[in-house]
Amino acid sequence: MSRDLSRRTKLVLYGVLLVLAIPFVFPTWWMVTSSLKPVADIFAFPPDLLPTNPRLDAYRRVFELQPFGQQYLNSLYIALLVTVGTLAVSALAGYAFARIRFRGQNVLFLVVLAGLLIPSEVTIVPLFQMFFKLGLVNTHWPLILVPIFGAPSVLATFIMRQFFISLPGELEEAARVDGLGRFATFWRIALPLSRPALGAVAIFTFLHSWNLYLEPIVFLSSPEKFTLPQALTQFVDAYGGPMWDVQLAAASMTALPVLVVFVIAQKQFVEGLAHTGLKG
Amino acid sequence: MTQTDTRVGPATAGPAPGPARPFWTTRRRDHLAGYLFITPQLLGSVVFVILPLILVVWYSLHEWNVLAGTFDFVGTDNYQALVDDPNLGAVLRATGLFSVGLVVFNLGLALLLAVLLNQKLRGTILFRTLFFSPVVVSLVAWTIVWGFLLQDNGGLNSLLDTVGVDGPNWLRGEGTAMLSVIVVQVFKNVGLNMVLFLAALQGVPADLYEAAEVDGASRLRQFWRITVPLISPTILLTSIITVVGSLQVFAQIAVLTQGGPGTSTTVLVYYLYQQAFQFHHFGYGATLSIVLFAIVLALTVLQWQMRKRWVFHES
Repeated sequence: MSRDLSRRTKLVLYGVLLVLAIPFVFPTWWMVTSSLKPVADIFAFPPDLLPTNPRLDAYRRVFELQPFGQQYLNSLYIALLVTVGTLAVSALAGYAFARIRFRGQNVLFLVVLAGLLIPSEVTIVPLFQMFFKLGLVNTHWPLILVPIFGAPSVLATFIMRQFFISLPGELEEAARVDGLGRFATFWRIALPLSRPALGAVAIFTFLHSWNLYLEPIVFLSSPEKFTLPQALTQFVDAYGGPMWDVQLAAASMTALPVLVVFVIAQKQFVEGLAHTGLKG
Repeated sequence: MTQTDTRVGPATAGPAPGPARPFWTTRRRDHLAGYLFITPQLLGSVVFVILPLILVVWYSLHEWNVLAGTFDFVGTDNYQALVDDPNLGAVLRATGLFSVGLVVFNLGLALLLAVLLNQKLRGTILFRTLFFSPVVVSLVAWTIVWGFLLQDNGGLNSLLDTVGVDGPNWLRGEGTAMLSVIVVQVFKNVGLNMVLFLAALQGVPADLYEAAEVDGASRLRQFWRITVPLISPTILLTSIITVVGSLQVFAQIAVLTQGGPGTSTTVLVYYLYQQAFQFHHFGYGATLSIVLFAIVLALTVLQWQMRKRWVFHES
């Protein structure tokens, strides 16, 4: 922690922080309030910080123009499935690489770690061809399987391994002496202790899946299969111009639930991400 | 990580006499458990990472026509096309510009915010939450909103109007489009690096500053001589994450500029997407994927070399 500050310095610092906060806060604020305004008011300047006559018209039209409820469910179930799957795959592998000694361990770890060097954009062309040949294009399978088992889960496995290495092993050894098997030791002793790491992995895995854009537009072609980021860009009029009020209403519905969860659990979010494995 | 085996017996030990030892010794069980635990991740890596990486080389030597259902060997044609591609220079330039701009703005702002939040001040948690909040806002939603604010008659130019400045059409100007895309992306994700820097700053022992104060070192000097060296591992880590992340930028470009005006914001991933999935030049897309992989690989190696030379201490 730094030194005590004079009153004057404090005032200056608050001023600087407030000005700096504008580009972080205003866009979200403006998105939500504008989605409740008629289109003409969206372009008004200076913008009304609160809508004068709030209306939900744009929200109704979101669901008329696209199967938005279905798209919402698609994004939600894919993100939840990917999160649970990634937690299972990465906790198991991370634990084995950290705690269990087996032949070829180091080489196998390097094979897995290669995924950190190969962004999924590099493999999008062959992955598309693989799923095309399997007849799985325009299904959700590529958006579920690749993140759980492919490059995105490798980072999770690495973080879990780092966490288990830093975890004192006495409890597990005691359990082993008492005759508990490897899986039972992992499941009953190590896993309950790794909640902070699991929390951090769950958060960034969910956000990653929720934000995915390239993969959905490559793999999905029918609107009822779309995920939210893809759906958001489809609210355009006959001339290809964006329908701002509808787009902002859909964007608000996409962003707000995650934002609310974040505000409630911001301590876990921020500190979990800062302190888990990512410290290098 | 070393493989330790404590069960090394005398070299002459033969099969134990008397009752046969059970096949499933603790050691064998351990090996089996290890393999079973890593199987999902290992298989996944092989099928979804290693195999596609090999296939991308194979596909770069072929031309795949989805509609005609043909897959023809074309030798090094795609590589020749790469060398002859009149857009390649502009694409690589845009990619480099985006990455450098993003890393400089992002790390600079992240460090500034972290230093401000590390002061003894009430309410820093609130500001930390505000600066971090865009990280959890859906990427495309964030980008759409900025797309509106940056249009010719959008919020930013209205604001500039009030102080008598005639703002440019940010997303349609040759010079300003790239700047806009970078800035939008920095505000979206700078909170992540800020939090990592903040954790690092809180790990710098306070007595170092006290000693420097006694020696009469200025605040700025203390920052360069004490703070920066001590948090250099974090600076390196965040720069690696940010550089690799910058090469993956796609949604922002697709939503804000579609690579334009001209090719001024056509970064490599966006170009790859256009070639493979809009023009259906899959072989050429695969060739561009190899270029992307080579860049990521080279940068990672370079940064690990820098780690040896620059980073002050390793814990």
